[in-house]
Amino acid sequence: MLAFIIRRLLQAIVVMLTVALIAFTLFRFVGDPINMMVGIETTNEERAQLRQDLGLNDPVAIQFARFVGNAVRLDFGNSYQFKTPVIDLIADRFPATMELAIASAIFSLVIGIPMGVYTALHRRSWLSNIFLAASLIGISLPTFLIGILLIFLFPVTLGVLPSFGRGEVVRLGFWTTGLLTASGLKALVLPAITLGLFQMTLIMRLVRGEMLEVLRTDYIKFARARGLTDRAVNFGHALKNTLVPVMTIAGLQLGSIIAFALITESVFQWPGMGLLFLKAVQNVDIPIMSAYLLLVAFIFVTINLIVDILYAVVDPRIRIDARAAA
Amino acid sequence: MSAAENPPEILMRRPSRLRAIIDSDLVYSFLRSKVTIAAAVVTLLIVLAAIFAPYIAPKNPYDLTQISILDSDNPPIWMEGGQSPYVLGTDDQGRDVFSTILYGSRQSIAIGLMATLFAGMLGIALGLIAGYAGGTTDAIIMRAADIQSTFPAILIAMLIDGVSRALFGEQRNETVVFWVMVLSIGLSFWVQYARTVRGSTLVEKNKEYVLAARLIGIRPAKILFRHVLPNVVGPVLVIATINLALAIITEATLSFLGLGLPPTQPSLGTLIQIGQKFLFAGEWWIAIFPGITLAALVLAVNLLGDWLRDALNPKLR
Repeated sequence: MLAFIIRRLLQAIVVMLTVALIAFTLFRFVGDPINMMVGIETTNEERAQLRQDLGLNDPVAIQFARFVGNAVRLDFGNSYQFKTPVIDLIADRFPATMELAIASAIFSLVIGIPMGVYTALHRRSWLSNIFLAASLIGISLPTFLIGILLIFLFPVTLGVLPSFGRGEVVRLGFWTTGLLTASGLKALVLPAITLGLFQMTLIMRLVRGEMLEVLRTDYIKFARARGLTDRAVNFGHALKNTLVPVMTIAGLQLGSIIAFALITESVFQWPGMGLLFLKAVQNVDIPIMSAYLLLVAFIFVTINLIVDILYAVVDPRIRIDARAAA
Repeated sequence: MSAAENPPEILMRRPSRLRAIIDSDLVYSFLRSKVTIAAAVVTLLIVLAAIFAPYIAPKNPYDLTQISILDSDNPPIWMEGGQSPYVLGTDDQGRDVFSTILYGSRQSIAIGLMATLFAGMLGIALGLIAGYAGGTTDAIIMRAADIQSTFPAILIAMLIDGVSRALFGEQRNETVVFWVMVLSIGLSFWVQYARTVRGSTLVEKNKEYVLAARLIGIRPAKILFRHVLPNVVGPVLVIATINLALAIITEATLSFLGLGLPPTQPSLGTLIQIGQKFLFAGEWWIAIFPGITLAALVLAVNLLGDWLRDALNPKLR
């Protein structure tokens, strides 16, 4: 088990180093970092001095090592646009993105699982067909279009719910939250639905597929033969066994939700990390771009690692396979 | 009379090519599914409309001599204040929304097709090489695929777009942007092709025809592209169709975020971005009609992809 965890950890570190190399290449070789940092009135001597101070004259390998060392200490340099440390800018917006991502993950689970169970248990009902058709449309509609349609429907036509921003926020230490005010909660509704809709259709289809498979197994037939109630069979036995794959996918999707949040953030002008990244791409603010890239990679790799380890804990066959392969 | 002089009837009457196509399983399953036929019709309509946009569009929305600010902000023709020939209304500069949709679909479909083609060629080539060469080459290509697939495609496309901004600076004209879009979307979708093709190549390379080709001294490149490729390309078609829908969505999203085609040469995504500003002024038609076109196109292509996947899946026959 320990060997398995160590091997996975090493793989994760290799992935992170590769991403760091890409981020470093971006920072170092796309445009001249010095030109981006100083104004036109800076003299050549000052430029040369800054170049020396930043260590840009050192061998590239040493520069890369320093870049990685700084990144580990969360030092990504200063933003070209704002002239303030990138990590402060990101820390400032991190809570907004996380609240949006978690709200939409909860939305997709709370709505998606019951819809999946219903469509599996009542395969031929008209409501199931409507759910399935809707899910196909949900997959085909780009996220930003869903957001625009929701804005058109609620704030514009019906005049309810805000269409942009985060509402009032409360500061709790380093974390700002919109969950404690009425306007903050209202502002969260449409962005969370927009972001969660795709995951919801995914979870619904997944739960449906798994349920249909489990319902055909012998132990379910046996449970019915024992005279258990439908509720006990469907929820106590069948649903429980579908939840392991569902939780895995939901966990893995959390990374995508955080990454895809930037589209939703753009539609609703939600002040999160995605919006920061988007502005950085438009203005070629490379320190923010590379920091965001590393952060997203870190979230993805961590989630993958946790899921892998949890799987090995739950399912001993994976450990044995891994040992055999080694 | 021996059998050689008089071959069995089945060999004599070989059906024509056309007949063979009509009788095939693919056409049978296509004609049996009403949804698929509808999807094909919708796709064909949008594609034809896009190709013949200059002949269909009542006005060229990007010819300044043809637009008049006096015609701006017209609602669709069936609403009060609607004017002929502006069937779907006009935007704030007096451009005909129907015509901008036709020209916009052109951009969306062109970029989607080119990007899918590029991703397909890159993925197939890398998959063939990885599967056939094995060893270190295989390991490097597949690890790169693993790392790339941990990131959402849209992020990679955005990153490439950002780099192009730094590299081209002021010279980023419409043609450059078009090819940057093709490149960035193409590069973010090659992984799936490479994995699929590598898998089938691993199976094919041990078959006797490959062995025979190697024995008579054909170069590896020729074996790969002339002999192995035709045998592994089937599943790629399905991936390509579904990826076409994804590529169109990605292009629209990038353009919507302001990273794609500029308003002077808009795609459907750019049109929606422009129209979004006017939603609150009650001028919903500027954003909603391009949105509906985009949704219809993507849904139709997705349905075609689903059908193709089921029709080519031997397990479901």
